[in-house]
Amino acid sequence: MTLLAGLAIATALWSGVQALNAQARNSYDAATAAISGGGGRMLLAARGGLFEQDLFVKLRRAGVEVSPVLEGASRIGDKNIRIVGVEPVSLPRRSPIAHMRKRADILDDFLTGEGRAFASPQTLRRLDLAEGAQPQTERGRRLPPLTALAEAPPGAIVVDIGVAQRLLDRPGKLSRLILADDAALDEARLKRVAGDALRLVAADDDSELARLTDSFHLNLTAFGFLAFLVGLFIVHAAYGLAFEQRLPTLRTLRALGVAAPNLVAAMACEIAAFTFVAGGAGLIGGYAIAQALLPNVARSLESLYGAQISESLTLDARWGLSGLVMAGAGAVLAAASGFAKTMRLPPLSVARPIAWRAAHHRYLRRQAAFATIALVAAICAYDFGKGLASGFAVIGFSLLAAALFLPVALAGFLALSENLAHRPLARWFFADGRQEISGLSLALMALLVALAANIGVGGMVEGFRQTFTRWLDARLVAEVYFEAATPADARDIEAWARGQPDISAILPVWRAKTRIDGWPIEIVGMTAHETYSAHFPLIEATPDVWTALHAQDAVLVSEQLARRLGVGLGSALDIPTSRRDWRARVVGIFPDYGNPKGQLRVDHEELKRYFDDASGVHYGLRVSPDATARFIDNMQRRFDGAIARILDQSELKSMSTEIFERTFAVTAALNTLTLIVSGVALFASLLTLSDMRQARIAPVWALGATRRELAALEMIRVVAFAAGAAILATPLGLFMTWCLVAIVNVAAFGWRLPFQMFPTQWLMVFLIALCAAILAALIPVARLARAAPTELLKVFSNER
Amino acid sequence: MSIHATPEYLEALRKSAPMLRVEGLRKSYSTPQGAIPVLCGVDFTLAAGASLALTGESGSGKSTLLHLVGALDDADAGEIFLDGVALTLLSERARAALRREKIGVVFQQFNLIPSLTVAENLGFQARLAGRYDAAWQDELAHRLGLAALAARYPEELSGGQQQRVAIGRALAVRPSLLLADEPTGNLDEATGDNVLALALDLVATTGCAFLMATHSQRLAARLQRRVRLDGGVLAAQ
Repeated sequence: MTLLAGLAIATALWSGVQALNAQARNSYDAATAAISGGGGRMLLAARGGLFEQDLFVKLRRAGVEVSPVLEGASRIGDKNIRIVGVEPVSLPRRSPIAHMRKRADILDDFLTGEGRAFASPQTLRRLDLAEGAQPQTERGRRLPPLTALAEAPPGAIVVDIGVAQRLLDRPGKLSRLILADDAALDEARLKRVAGDALRLVAADDDSELARLTDSFHLNLTAFGFLAFLVGLFIVHAAYGLAFEQRLPTLRTLRALGVAAPNLVAAMACEIAAFTFVAGGAGLIGGYAIAQALLPNVARSLESLYGAQISESLTLDARWGLSGLVMAGAGAVLAAASGFAKTMRLPPLSVARPIAWRAAHHRYLRRQAAFATIALVAAICAYDFGKGLASGFAVIGFSLLAAALFLPVALAGFLALSENLAHRPLARWFFADGRQEISGLSLALMALLVALAANIGVGGMVEGFRQTFTRWLDARLVAEVYFEAATPADARDIEAWARGQPDISAILPVWRAKTRIDGWPIEIVGMTAHETYSAHFPLIEATPDVWTALHAQDAVLVSEQLARRLGVGLGSALDIPTSRRDWRARVVGIFPDYGNPKGQLRVDHEELKRYFDDASGVHYGLRVSPDATARFIDNMQRRFDGAIARILDQSELKSMSTEIFERTFAVTAALNTLTLIVSGVALFASLLTLSDMRQARIAPVWALGATRRELAALEMIRVVAFAAGAAILATPLGLFMTWCLVAIVNVAAFGWRLPFQMFPTQWLMVFLIALCAAILAALIPVARLARAAPTELLKVFSNER
Repeated sequence: MSIHATPEYLEALRKSAPMLRVEGLRKSYSTPQGAIPVLCGVDFTLAAGASLALTGESGSGKSTLLHLVGALDDADAGEIFLDGVALTLLSERARAALRREKIGVVFQQFNLIPSLTVAENLGFQARLAGRYDAAWQDELAHRLGLAALAARYPEELSGGQQQRVAIGRALAVRPSLLLADEPTGNLDEATGDNVLALALDLVATTGCAFLMATHSQRLAARLQRRVRLDGGVLAAQ
């Protein structure tokens, strides 16, 4: 039963995380393939951003079969959506939405009159809109009537290209050109027509979401795997104990002539049956876990990366199969030592007493040896790579080394305590504790790993939270932030704001996009103002950073981008602009937590000069704090339709904090589940061992100790073991925090957080460990305390 | 005329009374098929320094009687007086104290504590009772031939050696009553004889009462008295 439960829990945690990853990746692929049909090639602006529609016209005239697409972010109400403009007549046949060409009525509606807007039924549900509705975007532009189209990409609204240009306020601009299925592109002809303006990429390479979210999913996988491993500890412990209990039967069968391979085959069949039963239950559990966590994951991915994830879980057979394979692999791994022992079991084996001390010493030597190997592996992983995988390898091997070392440390501590103890019951308590270690070790190892993960991840998250809050306070200094519907609206609002007595500064935060080394980069303009020079957080900077930034050709680089591009202070950076590469000197590096894209901060005037398509709609306003609410109210009344969004500082901070909390909600949930699993492992082991414990306790009871005394000692022992695990988990957790902060975060996100320690959190984890131990030991200990003398006397009965 | 129960009078009364007195002892085990009576009114006494062999078929209730006398189990009816103390009146704590201070038990399967050395096993009960006597333990170890094995662990000993440790442990506390349940059942004949001889020798030294359950008439004959448990009652032999 314990074995089945352990296997089911391990499979559930693993397959739950895999379901989340699969769901997200399917959504990214669907989003990429919905327009282009997957595969194939496309043309993008060589310098990133958008390009002129003229290029499309020229290419078509030159005989290149391409279809134009314009994509952009927008909002309907408080929901983010993607507006996708297509030209249905030229769409390649492989495009899932190309079949609309066969429906003359739809095609006519789409291309003529007010047009049509297609959205998948799921997107309509998310937007809470019915077919035929014509919602307005945040820019006050009204959409054509909505029509449900199952093939439309999730989270997107597909419209005619001209409509998209109007909705996104990008007249005459395109995002990409999709090449027709069999279009043989003559690169020389492309060069002749488009010059260096376009570059050819495979459609799959442009799956920006997949690229940006890789780290997020790797993190999720790593924590899922950790939970799976903790679950496997239960399986291993349960199988090991069950094997010891059935050893006499196996001996008898061997003595009666059953060959060892036959016994192993029978046991393998049993394991296969367990795999199907527990694996099946695990898949159901995994589905439930994924279903429960999906909304949070979806919102995190949307907030962080703008990815739209379908919230109705759809899983394929491969997911189920992979869950069963993991369950099977886990079961075989757990049962391997049992199989090996059975193969070596001699046919004539006398019922000799178990030489526990010799076995105990062998066990400790083996544990120490494996712990050393794991430690060496951790050191190698640290030395040989600095990537995300190596970071997780360092954490994984360190946890494994510490877990394997735990029984050795506990045995050492108990031996020392035994030598120091004088009272006979105390000496027996410590000596018997050593004997107990091997039986409980797997559960204790699972507890150690779970506690260390909680301290490690908890420390990282708490450190991140504090750093993030301080950073937000320094970064969001303006009292009001607004986004105008159009640049013209922005100019109107700006002109009005200049005459307002409560305004002390108008800070344009214009934005442009480009790509460096294939990575999407956001460029933000800054004006010379005390808001930045006194508050804007910088990690490192030249002494004259603010003067230099507003002189010519200087740039501030976000930490993650600097790391990715390998640039530092004084480095020269070639930035692709609308016309040519702009060479700028790096004068500062700033933290930019939570932004998966690289960011450059440049002088506002330089931004305007180099980037024609800079969106001049974002602004920060310095307003007297006591006048903020009144000012926002006035502004909204005056410019109702011209404001896409307006937020005061506290709203923006709470939105950012909410995104942060949601991002770590899944990690916290997995951590809690891991801790619960380890508690279950401890409980299962104690319950299984309780029968064996009676044989050890009964002689001490017969010699004059009371059942209550012995029950209390049993409880103290389990609590002491858990406390030992918690004590060892603290430095291990701190090391894990350091690994997450110094290796994993840097590799995954590009930012390095300060390493911080939180003793109150350690105390909490310590108390949780003690509570888990008490809860786990409660039933076995109560059983012992209430055991009838006849139960204990069975130990002495001659028939035994 | 009334007798004043002075402490001196009570002590004299206790000394004149047998070490062990069993009266009308009954015990049955409940099974799904109904209660199975094992002891159906057992009466006997055993004086300090005396030895009694309890024989009977397997399942006749010998172990049950020993467990009841050893304050390890509760009787359905009847009373057991050990050194004048009625066991049924004792709380669990008092029974545990009685076990560790006054009763030594030798089990067929030795039941040594595997995590403690021979020396620690020998002194365990005596230390638990607060009656550890290093000189007496040394003498026991010497007479039982365990002096050279003091630092070893039970798993490193032969069956005969383990049973000698069990006897030493039971006697180290200088018990008033020594109980032995098939003490030689797991030993070969020669080793069993040797172990029993040692036990009897030490019993004589300590002056404790000795009650041994055995199915061997040959071993039973070496004790002062023999009784047979048959059909839940005792019959003299």
